[in-house]
Amino acid sequence: MVSLALGILTALAVQHPTARVLVWGGDAEGGAPFVEADPADPSQVRGFDVEVADRIARGLGRTTRFVQVQWSSIDQSVERGDFALGLSGVEDTPARRARHAATLPYFEFREVLAVRPEEAARIHGLIDLRGRRVATLGATIAYDLLVRARDSTGLIPVSYDDDVHPYGDLVTGRVDAVLLDHIIAQRALRRRGGFGFLILAQPVAVGHYVGVLARADSALRDSVDAVLREAMRDGSLEQIFRRWRVWDPTQGVLFDAVLRSSMTARPAGTAPVVQAIAYLPPLARAAAVTALVSVLSMMLAVLVGLALASGRLYGSGWLRALTTVYIEVIRGTPLLLQLFVIYYGLAGVIRLPAFLAAILGLGLNYAAYEAEIYRGALLAVPRAQLEAGRTLGLSEGQILRLVRGPQALRYALAPMTNDFVALLKDSALVSVITVVELTKQTAIYATNVGSWIVPGALCAVVYLAMSLPLARLARRLEQRWGGRAP
Amino acid sequence: MIDRLRVRFDSRDVLRALSLEVAAGELVALMAPSGAGKTTALRAVAALQPFDEGRIVVDGFALLPGPVPPEARLVSLRRRVGLVFQGHALFDHLSALDNVTLALRHVLGKSRADADAVAQRLLDSLEVGARASAWPRQLSGGEAQRVAIARALAPDPALLLMDEPTAALDPARRTALGATLRGLCEQGRGLLVATHDAEFARAHADRVLTLGT
Repeated sequence: MVSLALGILTALAVQHPTARVLVWGGDAEGGAPFVEADPADPSQVRGFDVEVADRIARGLGRTTRFVQVQWSSIDQSVERGDFALGLSGVEDTPARRARHAATLPYFEFREVLAVRPEEAARIHGLIDLRGRRVATLGATIAYDLLVRARDSTGLIPVSYDDDVHPYGDLVTGRVDAVLLDHIIAQRALRRRGGFGFLILAQPVAVGHYVGVLARADSALRDSVDAVLREAMRDGSLEQIFRRWRVWDPTQGVLFDAVLRSSMTARPAGTAPVVQAIAYLPPLARAAAVTALVSVLSMMLAVLVGLALASGRLYGSGWLRALTTVYIEVIRGTPLLLQLFVIYYGLAGVIRLPAFLAAILGLGLNYAAYEAEIYRGALLAVPRAQLEAGRTLGLSEGQILRLVRGPQALRYALAPMTNDFVALLKDSALVSVITVVELTKQTAIYATNVGSWIVPGALCAVVYLAMSLPLARLARRLEQRWGGRAP
Repeated sequence: MIDRLRVRFDSRDVLRALSLEVAAGELVALMAPSGAGKTTALRAVAALQPFDEGRIVVDGFALLPGPVPPEARLVSLRRRVGLVFQGHALFDHLSALDNVTLALRHVLGKSRADADAVAQRLLDSLEVGARASAWPRQLSGGEAQRVAIARALAPDPALLLMDEPTAALDPARRTALGATLRGLCEQGRGLLVATHDAEFARAHADRVLTLGT
């Protein structure tokens, strides 16, 4: 036993020889041309950021090891020490520079708008998108641009967790424009064979990709900067970008500027307090979305749950079988999968707005659980109560409405309230279909300020403010109606 | 009238060839030890329990062997027979008054005001009028029984069935109950009371029938 434990410890130590290996992190999920799984060998990654990492490691006299990390978590992960360098189209932002050690910029990207061809003549910039839905990746410079434009031009920002679905939804008409980095837009257009949408020539903004290291790792960052300068000078960086077809003259201009001025483009960060206050209105809005989605989903769950429970208890043979299958399938598969199917899977048949799809997904899922609560509650009503109703001459329908239903409600109310609390928290999942609710907004906030402490605490307080009164209500109902004795 | 009633559970006879008759204004006690089928007999008369042989006729309405008919075919029987359960089985989500008004409003179609007036008179006559607004869980055993009687009497049945009415009563209340039941007989109703309380049966019943074990 002891030797086994020692063996594991030794293996772990061997796995982490930080001196000779540059451990770097990126997101290979839909990450081309930055980082993606190699189609020839899916255990390996490829992409221009992979080659940039290799070039940096070579300059440092190290080999590389790749760690998969969710794109929005790169900053937190590098600060935890999961890897030394984050590279995956990481954007240069004041907040990132203030919180972490960022390298000098090695690539210049343009935030470009993509629109449907028939609207290209009418839309020339964000100003032309008043009242229209504009998609982007959450927690990016592009998202910040859209949020600011919401206040000035009245467009509607729509946040996605990936950079593939926004273009699909643009083509099908779910959104009216997509604002993203030009290489992402160009890749999406290539994937569609050059059809479906147009990329506007005039960029909305310009930004840079950098590598990100832990704040305490500034010495390593300086070494990485030296290697990057060398790679700009000797043309190896240009070769990498040309190989991946992302080279254009603006990169040469960037390289010149970096080499000439030893530019590291370190804009001063905004004070954290100002940042925190700036995020309060979107957080309040997101909390309202969470509350609204939860309440409407629960109402749907109660109605459908009642129908399912009645079908299972009173229905004919096939209706009982049908409701049983529904309940078991819904309870036996992940809510996340159901949300994807409703929003993306059904898009070919019916194109539901995200908010409606969220309510349908949550409501229909919880309906299965409600149905079982109601069925149990209806079965818990003593037989003598039903027989008393029959001896008085009430019909079966009247007994259900006047005796069985009201009594079952007392058994069901406490577990229903508990379910509502659970639903409130599960509503965080609807962010995968572009509804920005409380948790998603908190994640955006945390990514932008580079810390989870204040945003996480704020978010928890808001959830507790909504769920604690409900939990108390459930306890009181249980006390009042749980026991039969006075 | 019960004629040669036979009820079997799992090929065991619970009741065999039970015959009895209750006339209008008569109180008949059905005596037997616990488990001898008294409750089963009452449930058969109230059409809550199928039976295997024999015939039950209440005020011209006949029940035959076989499964219990659907409620729609039992409408006239329900108005003729009231049943007071042993545990009372009051609807505990309704006040005492609403327990009584339920059938008046939803079966007999009376207005809320009419039903309330009838129910209040019934509760008054059973001396629990003051408890009309109480919840079942707030009532004592004797009060709950009287409310249950009032509820069973609401459709004005010709025959009232009672299952072990003295089970939870002290001697003084037993005597009071006897007087109440005699009063109901004087209104012209037939009463069939299942009990194992020989003293109560002898003191208050017109006839005592003993079931063999």
